[in-house]
Amino acid sequence: MLSKKRIEFLNKSAKEVRKNIIQMSTRAKSAHTGGALSCVEILVSLYFEIMNVDPKNPYDENRDRLVFSKAHDAKALYAVLAERGYSNKRILDGYEMNGGKLPGHSTRHCMPGVEVSAGSLGHGLAMAVGIAYAGKIDSKKHKVFCIISDGECDEGSTWEAILFAGHHKLDNLVAIVDYNKLQGFGYTKDVLDLEPFSQKWKSFGWETVEVDGHNFSELIKILNKIPIKINKPTVVIANTIKGLGGVSTHIDKISSQYKPPTKEEAEEVIRRLDSE
Amino acid sequence: MRIAFVNTLQELAEKNKNIMLLTGDLGYSVFERYIKLFPKQFINMGVSEQNMTGVAAGLAIENKIPFIYSIVPFVTMRNFEQIRNDICYQNLNVKIIGVGAGFSYGSYGHTHHGLEDIGILRILANLTIICPGDPIETELAVKKAIEIKGPVYIRLGRAGEAIVHDKRPKFSVGKGLIIKEGKDITIVATGTMLHTGLEVSKELKNKGISVRLISMHTIKPFDSEAIIDSAKKTKAIFSLEEHSIIGGLGSAVSEVLAENNINTVFKRLGVSDRFTKEIGDQEYMRKVNGLSIGSIVEVILKSLNHA
Repeated sequence: MLSKKRIEFLNKSAKEVRKNIIQMSTRAKSAHTGGALSCVEILVSLYFEIMNVDPKNPYDENRDRLVFSKAHDAKALYAVLAERGYSNKRILDGYEMNGGKLPGHSTRHCMPGVEVSAGSLGHGLAMAVGIAYAGKIDSKKHKVFCIISDGECDEGSTWEAILFAGHHKLDNLVAIVDYNKLQGFGYTKDVLDLEPFSQKWKSFGWETVEVDGHNFSELIKILNKIPIKINKPTVVIANTIKGLGGVSTHIDKISSQYKPPTKEEAEEVIRRLDSE
Repeated sequence: MRIAFVNTLQELAEKNKNIMLLTGDLGYSVFERYIKLFPKQFINMGVSEQNMTGVAAGLAIENKIPFIYSIVPFVTMRNFEQIRNDICYQNLNVKIIGVGAGFSYGSYGHTHHGLEDIGILRILANLTIICPGDPIETELAVKKAIEIKGPVYIRLGRAGEAIVHDKRPKFSVGKGLIIKEGKDITIVATGTMLHTGLEVSKELKNKGISVRLISMHTIKPFDSEAIIDSAKKTKAIFSLEEHSIIGGLGSAVSEVLAENNINTVFKRLGVSDRFTKEIGDQEYMRKVNGLSIGSIVEVILKSLNHA
């Protein structure tokens, strides 16, 4: 059980991360803010509670690995890594800016802790599978986490990786789906319905759990139990809300994918977050 | 070439436990011994080339040296974006092995022909491209590929390719091999057309034309010097490949000639820009595409008369 104090700390970290996401979006006038906001609690749980990592030694061979496959939402990853101390927060100022260090889609080692380059949907899970497979060959104990979007589950290559991981019983692998149910140009149920989503993974040999992806207690309780079943990869289907904590008119709206907060909107969001 | 490849890989895999062979469900009668010897260094990925390529990237991130294997179009085109993003962009130590260069799988039809792979791969940064000309070059190419810490594409024929080299040449990546010197014309051949190039040069010798024959086994990085040198030493250059005349060896040679202001007789010999309608084995397909020894000799003679 997490102490009340710890939950408070995580909430505060998430708040800081959201503020940085909003600032990065506004500064760079960048898209993909909604999906960054929907995975904040997932990333904070992983980096602050679950993963065995050391920001001072980001590539220790026994570290847990994170493959951030939904790389269009990279600013969430950058903000969390900075919050966790992987890098000075000033690096965030260069997000999607001319001459900056952080591309819109995260690139391997663009800042300490970023493990792979991604950006084209449906690539990350296969790479995570390769990393997990190597861990098995080398009898390593570390885990491999992979955060994917629901839109990525339209890609055949994602299902190739799911099939392979189930077959090879990669119980050191955890996929976390940021299931905000909104993809590039519509609600997933209208574009390509993924349901029954959990059953699809299950039938491919995965252990499946559904959680409230914004609830630290739930997320951490589940993620601490991994592998839930020996010899099975785990998928955590995290029910989330696109744009949560951001500009109120964009929450759960497709506009959160494209419209950066204006300066005034950003100030308002930050004021609200600070006062909460 | 497949046998030369797997025998070499076996030799290397014994010494280097990081080597892994991944196949897209191919390898019947080729890989059985390897699998028996090194079961932990082998994965049959199933028929899923995109996943195979992504998994290889993941393995390479963890310091394995994966060789991914399938027929040319499946291991270069189906997974092209994975090659670009996962392997080349991250500059990972993955070796891509394509079997069935050109019309090696002639009678199977166009889905199985390897005619555009060099063209699409040549534009990818970080990638080395090697097209061995015979089983000996295959062995040397695989050994050299291991020394390169980065992505390499090796384009192989299929089975039964003739041996061109009577002794093991000094093989360096990015450096063409002079198979024979000659003073009249140069034939720059790559991969599965090397042996044909040799036969053509014999025919031409009988007609009084002395041929300088180069095995241009590496397409990238490209040996520009060998082309510039040949333009100085001989009066005409012919590129010869079992690939589309667009984007492959012929294009690479053209680029060198054009950028160095070299005015010489030059012709690209390869497969013209079409899907072949005829059906037949490799020899037949080469013939209907103007790549038989006879038609090559004819085209060369015609070009020289025009000069």
